[in-house]
Amino acid sequence: MRKLLLQGLLKAPLTEAAPEDVAVEQLAAELNAAARARLGRSLSIREVDAGSCNGCELEIHALGNAFYDLERFGLHFVASPRHADVLLVTGPVAKNMAEALKRTYDATPAPKWVVAAGDCAITGGVFAGGYACAGGVEAVLPVDLRIPGCPPTPLALLTGLLALLRAGRD
Amino acid sequence: MESFAQLLESGRRAGPCRPFPRGEVSAEQWTALAGHLAAGDLVLMGLWGDAGAVHMALLDEAAGRLAVATYACAGGAFPSVARHHPPAARLERTVRDLYGLVPEGAPDDRAWLDHGRWGVRHPLGTPLPAEPAGDTYAFLAAEGEGLHQIPVGPVHAGIIEPGHFRFSCYGEAVVRLEERLGYVHKGIERLVAGADVAQAARLAGRQSGDSTVAYALAFCRAVEAARGVAVPARAHALRGVMAELERLANHLGDIGAICNDAAFALMLAHCGVLREKVLRVSARAFGHRLMMDGVIPGGVAVDLARDGISAIRVLVSEVRAAFPALVELYDNTASLQDRTVGTGFTRPDYVRQFGAGGYVGRASGRPFDARRAFAYPPYDRLPFEVAVRPEGDVNARIWVRIREVEESLGLVVRLLDTLPDGPVATEIPAGPGEGLAVVEGFRGDVLAFVALAADGRVRRAHLRDPSWFQWPLLETAIEGNIVADFPLCNKSFNCSYSGVDL
Repeated sequence: MRKLLLQGLLKAPLTEAAPEDVAVEQLAAELNAAARARLGRSLSIREVDAGSCNGCELEIHALGNAFYDLERFGLHFVASPRHADVLLVTGPVAKNMAEALKRTYDATPAPKWVVAAGDCAITGGVFAGGYACAGGVEAVLPVDLRIPGCPPTPLALLTGLLALLRAGRD
Repeated sequence: MESFAQLLESGRRAGPCRPFPRGEVSAEQWTALAGHLAAGDLVLMGLWGDAGAVHMALLDEAAGRLAVATYACAGGAFPSVARHHPPAARLERTVRDLYGLVPEGAPDDRAWLDHGRWGVRHPLGTPLPAEPAGDTYAFLAAEGEGLHQIPVGPVHAGIIEPGHFRFSCYGEAVVRLEERLGYVHKGIERLVAGADVAQAARLAGRQSGDSTVAYALAFCRAVEAARGVAVPARAHALRGVMAELERLANHLGDIGAICNDAAFALMLAHCGVLREKVLRVSARAFGHRLMMDGVIPGGVAVDLARDGISAIRVLVSEVRAAFPALVELYDNTASLQDRTVGTGFTRPDYVRQFGAGGYVGRASGRPFDARRAFAYPPYDRLPFEVAVRPEGDVNARIWVRIREVEESLGLVVRLLDTLPDGPVATEIPAGPGEGLAVVEGFRGDVLAFVALAADGRVRRAHLRDPSWFQWPLLETAIEGNIVADFPLCNKSFNCSYSGVDL
């Protein structure tokens, strides 16, 4: 373990070596300023899967890896909606999840924002029109921001969160 | 096993299904087959509803034979299989929820996917309008002095799929865990009916997003079998590359995440880097990080260009260089081993009974791997080891993944070394037919059944996730463990919610 840790200290951070670095760095700079203006230093996100195929969850998870390192922007995921500023919702809102989603929203203190992440959360995606789905987050909750993609890439998710902060500041 | 031999014979003679035979059986034969399941002669591979009928896929593991028994439900009912063979229970409850076909004599008559929220009952059978008020659900009782219940979910603390876990505990020890799923039911089987095969393949690839390649592959292989289409050799090889990249990405993610649930974040950080590298190379080589819609009926959507090949080769050497140190770190960290060794023991006899596949089965001594059992291309021409461990604990499930990472790296290289030239897709001529396919996803065997109508559109498709036979075992694995070890056990199974919620 010591060897691994030592290597980690000696090697350059992966974040800087990543090919998307320029974009991420630009985002990082803007996001930092915008986040501070609106919410002090940080933004707490509660993720809710409202019927996704779990593809979106994989990419949201990826935000935490060394390449994107979400937390350096002051963005972090919290375990309870009571600690959250943002609900990041995925999936076409399965009717079996609609009440749980509403209750999660009600448990989130204002001011709060809802982000619909992924094509399903925006329109129902490939699952639109069935008997089992409400057809997008908007059918159940007011939506402040939409991040398209199937699933949205981690970079698209980051970009989206930045856009939300900008809108909140204006 | 006379009833199974008869089924094979009748299915081969007159059955419409390819390449595995399907035959109609009487109530007596159906029950006799259930008896063979209970006796352990056969493995249940799936049980699903259809218009006025139920199908049951059965595997004679020793002989490597798979067949589907169909029972035409007289009076909207069929003899319960779960009565003799518990692994069928949730599948039967699903058949009843979706089709309204009643499993007679079933031990559990509670609804499974239907939570009373759809505004309709039996949406795939004869739909009945219903008030979407929400049903109550009677959890199984655990009674005794000092017992308490912990309800968890459907919204969990982490970034994971929704489901409800009801723990009955005595102090810290779990006495009973009962799962209630169905929260992400999207009605896929209704949406897929009437769709053309291209659209249906996209839906299949979104039944469980982490296994999108495996699902699309299973669906497409079933369609190709139904229409008797031969896929070009290069497409087979590229499908293999995608399937192994998917396995790599998921196993790397899982190994890190399991260790993280034992509070060892260093492994997650390092494994997360490797996983991200796999996803980036997948995007470069096949145009999508998860390779969604890469496998299409008749072949693959994109050819692998030369720079894609070299990117994959570089990836393999990078993972090969970095992975051994992580394995060593895992193996030599006593505090981590203390959490994983002996935790979440899954009994080998349960694994056999449930026919659990993937790392859950192989970590408890069941060597089943669809790539080996059915030797579908490109695995028919590739040597590879099937990793098996006897211990059945979290540690064993990690080790099976570790070995499979190493094996997949080798498979990817061999596939690239022997990549045939030629086209990567062929047309699927429209027309009727029926096909069945089983492929090995990272989580285990995915079974796909497809029936095409005369116009070539899907009449009925059913994709059975490996987790159907793994989720129930998680309930047994946690028994006697402490509540705090549940995330660890759960992640070591990493069952799909979306895959089984349909």
